Formats: sequence, structure tokens, C-alpha cells
Amino acid sequence: MPDAPNPGPSFGDLGTEEAIREEAENLQNAEKEPEHLSEQGRPTPGGPPDRTATPNPKIQVQDVSFWYGAKQVLKDITMDVPPNQVTAFIGPSGCGKSTLLRCLNRMNELIPESRLTGHILIDGQDIYEGADPVMVRRRIGMVFQKPNPFPKSIYQNVAWGAKINGFKGNMDEHVEHCLRQAALWDEVKDRLKEQAYSLSGGQQQRLCIARTLAVKPDVVLMDEPASALDPIATAKLEETILDLKKVYTIIIVTHNMQQASRISDETAFFYLGELVELNKTVELFTRPKNPRTEDYITGRFG
Amino acid sequence: MAAPAPAAAAAFDLPEFDERVGARKRTGLVLATLLFLSTLVGVLVLLTLMVDVFVKGLPWLDGQFLNSYPSRLPIRAGIKSAIVGSLWTMGLTAVLAVPIGIASAVFLEEYAPRGWFFRLIQTNIANLAGVPSVLYGILGLAVFVRFFGLGRSLMAGSITMALLILPVLIISTQEALRAVPSGLRESAYALGATRWQVVWSHLLPVAAPGILTGVILSLSRAIGETAPLIMIGAASFVAFLPESVMDSFTVMPIQIFNWTARPQIEFQGLAAAAIVVLMVLLFAMNLSAILLRNYFERHRAR
Repeated sequence: MPDAPNPGPSFGDLGTEEAIREEAENLQNAEKEPEHLSEQGRPTPGGPPDRTATPNPKIQVQDVSFWYGAKQVLKDITMDVPPNQVTAFIGPSGCGKSTLLRCLNRMNELIPESRLTGHILIDGQDIYEGADPVMVRRRIGMVFQKPNPFPKSIYQNVAWGAKINGFKGNMDEHVEHCLRQAALWDEVKDRLKEQAYSLSGGQQQRLCIARTLAVKPDVVLMDEPASALDPIATAKLEETILDLKKVYTIIIVTHNMQQASRISDETAFFYLGELVELNKTVELFTRPKNPRTEDYITGRFG
Repeated sequence: MAAPAPAAAAAFDLPEFDERVGARKRTGLVLATLLFLSTLVGVLVLLTLMVDVFVKGLPWLDGQFLNSYPSRLPIRAGIKSAIVGSLWTMGLTAVLAVPIGIASAVFLEEYAPRGWFFRLIQTNIANLAGVPSVLYGILGLAVFVRFFGLGRSLMAGSITMALLILPVLIISTQEALRAVPSGLRESAYALGATRWQVVWSHLLPVAAPGILTGVILSLSRAIGETAPLIMIGAASFVAFLPESVMDSFTVMPIQIFNWTARPQIEFQGLAAAAIVVLMVLLFAMNLSAILLRNYFERHRAR
């Protein structure tokens, strides 16, 4: 690396996605590993960890590796995400779960000096090869760890995304619909013109969900959405998520294993950049196949 | 207050610590006094200057002074052409420098790919901000006055001033953009916004107060600059008001410089009076900056 200290997040590199992709291809062709290293504790070398194949996967992650500079943070991740379910990503800090989440809507590209290999498909369509990141991000929405509404009114927070994406319908109805979906409408319907910051943390996070839904995504990614919320706000948020999965495919990163077991249908356990185990949530928490999964969910490390 | 129990007192009495609370507090007091005295030096010097200027200048400061052109008779001399010249220069400089400065800063901060070329430009801008202003005057004389044949006009002076303040303007705007929370950028990009949509709807409004502060500070610098305008040959005796940007002109600092160079005591009084006017103008500018900033901070919600 020529410049050692990263001057903070910069968004100067969206234009180089071509280069990233090219490099990714070269790398793939160059260093195809004949076999996966059969490490201790790795259950199924050579393929996606245990789970019955998903018939109609919404998202397919194929051999994805990811680097920040020289540091590899994702190692050959392959997994399918089923539609209209909640999939939880769990694992200790630094295991790569948030990074993978950000790769799913190409937010990773906002970080300079990063590199991705492999393929990610949504409905069978590659989101990197020949796709526009702007379109990808509209289809695959994201809710962040800290509630981060825009410094605008509640109404504007929801309407903005729809507006910039050329929404042509009745905006008032659309805003109401999205706020209802995010279970926030009743609390804010009389104060839509107020600053979003006047809401509580939990309400702000549900506003961020409404804002994400306003651009009509297929998939909603959530990066520890409840970590800054108190238990009551968390419970409301979880209720909202369970409601949303009827319409959306949801992936949630969480450090809270009770939360994962409460709301998710499937759970993926990551460790040191690898996908260790992916299974039905009930299975994974009651009969973990991998000793490392068992250690983690029973709190023996992490 | 109840006396502490002996056992508790003993618990605080740790033999491995030599707390020396008294000595530490004395050191703190000495340093605080030094800090206060340092501040006092600046304040006292400023106060002395102000009192001196006001005492000398106030007797000369009247409607006649503000409304007359320069004259070799002190009693008939005034500062009208200098005030008007200064306002013209400021206005033109602002019109030329502000759009270019903000646009450059947005490009550098949000668009330019990070690399050696970016660092080269960035370093050069920082260096240009430190170049003595007289060098800008020489450049202005060679390029705008002579080469482009603008003559010793308002236009030539304003372009030179615009160049002079551009580096500061760009750097302060970049700082303001950098201070926008990265969560705001990310959440806007995550909604499928293009770069320009993020810049226009979120970054510029949020950074506006900071950008404005930079604009006013750099314009304040421009209004006080003398050297570059002397270099490009702004006249010191102008008995008319500029009617177009191609007219010759004078500005307040030059008028002050000219008067202080005269031996007669009356001209010293005129110079002092002109300094008072210049300070009032600067104060008014800074005040308007603060008011505008507060306005933006209150209204960016809409």
C-alpha cells in the first residue's frame, strides 16, 4: 500500500468498479484452488456448509472473497439466501459478517483499496458483472447500525429516496404506506413535518426502515439494527421485521443470539472470514454440527 | 456529611501511590495563569490599537468624510471612492471565486479518485494558500493587466483577488464536506442515489454553514489585502466612482496606506477614520456570516 494511513471513508472510487471486476476475474482464473484446505473444524471442505439446497434462492453468493488492502476479510463464501425469509448472520466481531452484508448491495465499493472476487447473484442476475451499483442499491436496501435519518423532516426522509428514483405515484399515500409497513405511522402521522431527529432512537430506526422501503427494494439488509436500541424498541423492531418478511427478503447481522433465534428462519455462523455453518435457525441453535458453532452459541468464546 | 469510616479511609490510603495532590494542583494553576496571560497579550494589543485608531479617527469621521473623494486638502478629503471600490472588488471577487471554489472542493472531495495525482493537487492547493499575496499581485500584473489587456481595472483586481482566496476557499469547503457524517452519505447511497443526488440533497445543505464561514473568512481577507492591488496598480487617487468593471479603482486599504505615508498630521487622522470604516465593514460582514449560518442551521430541515 503506498498510503498507509487511510484518510477516512472516501467515496472516490465508485468509478473503478470496472477495474475491480477485471481484477476479480483475473484473480479467479489465476488462482483457482483445486481443493479447499481441510482445516480443523471445517465441516464440509469443498462446498457450501450443510444445508439442504434452496430451490429458488433469492441471493446466491458464489466463492466470494474480499480484501481491505492486503487483508483478506472474506474467504470463499458460498451460500444461498431463500426468498421471503429472515436470514441471520452471526459471529464474533471481525468475522466478516458485516462486510459480506455490504458486498450484497455494493456498499463495499465506497471503501477505497478494497477488492472482491467471486459472484453475487440476485434472482439469478449478477449484481457486479454488467450491473449498475445505483440500480443494485435501489433493489437491495440497507438499514444501518446507528439510526441515521437525514436532517430533514420525517416526511422528507421517506419521500426523498422515492423522489430521486423517479417515483411517479401519489407521494403522500406512498409515504403513509411505507410508514405503516415500518409500524411507525400511528406514532408520527400528526408530526410529519417535524425534524426526524425529534424522534426517539427506536422510532428513528423504524423511520430508516420506512425510508428504505420507499424505494421498493426486494431485499432489505440490516446491519445490527437494534444494537443502539433499548429492549422495548428492540422488541418493536423485531415485530416489524417479522411483518416485513412477508414481502421482503431480509438479512440481518446481529450480535444478539436470542434475537437471531427469535426472528430468523435461517442462521449463518461466520468465523475469521469463513462461513462455518448455515442451517435452519432451530437446527443451528439446537444441534450445531460444527464444534466452533457450538462453542460460539454456548458462549464458550467470542 | 458523615465522617468517613476509618476502614474506608484506609482503603484510599495506597502506599504505592504518592498522590501529591497539592503539587499537581499548583502546577495546574501556574499553567492556567500562563494561558490567561497569553490571551491577555493579544487582547491588550488589539484594545490599544482600537482605542488609538478611534481617538485619532473619530473627529474626522462624518458624513462629509464618507461622501467625498480624496483631496490634497485634508478638510475636503473623503473615502467615498475607496468604499465603493472595495465593495465592487468584494462583490466581483465573490462572484468569481465562490462558485469555482465550491465546485472544485466538491470535485476533489467527492469525485476525484484518490491517488498520486489527487495528492499532488491537494498539496499544491495547501501550498498556494501560503503564498505571499504580493506574488499574486505580480501574477495579476503580468497576466491580467498586461497579457489579457484588462488594464488597471476592477476586473483585473478582482480576478487577482479571486485567485488569492481560492485556495483558502477550497480547503475550507473541503473541511466542511468532510465534516458531514459518513452515515449520511452511506444511507443516501444505499437508497440508490447517484453521486450528484447525494451531493446536492445532503452534502451541500449540511455543509452549507461551514462553507459559508469559509466564504466570509476568505472574503474578509480579500477586503483587507493591499499588496496585490498595489502591484496591479490600483490607483490611490480616484476622484470618481467606477461605472463598469473595466474602470480604474481604489480600495480602502490602499487609501489608508496612502494617507499614512503623508507627513501632515491631519492625514494620520483621515487614515484612522478610514480604518474605523474598514473595521466596521469587516464586522458587518462577519456578523452577516453568523446570522446566515444560524439561518441555515435552523432551516436545513425543510
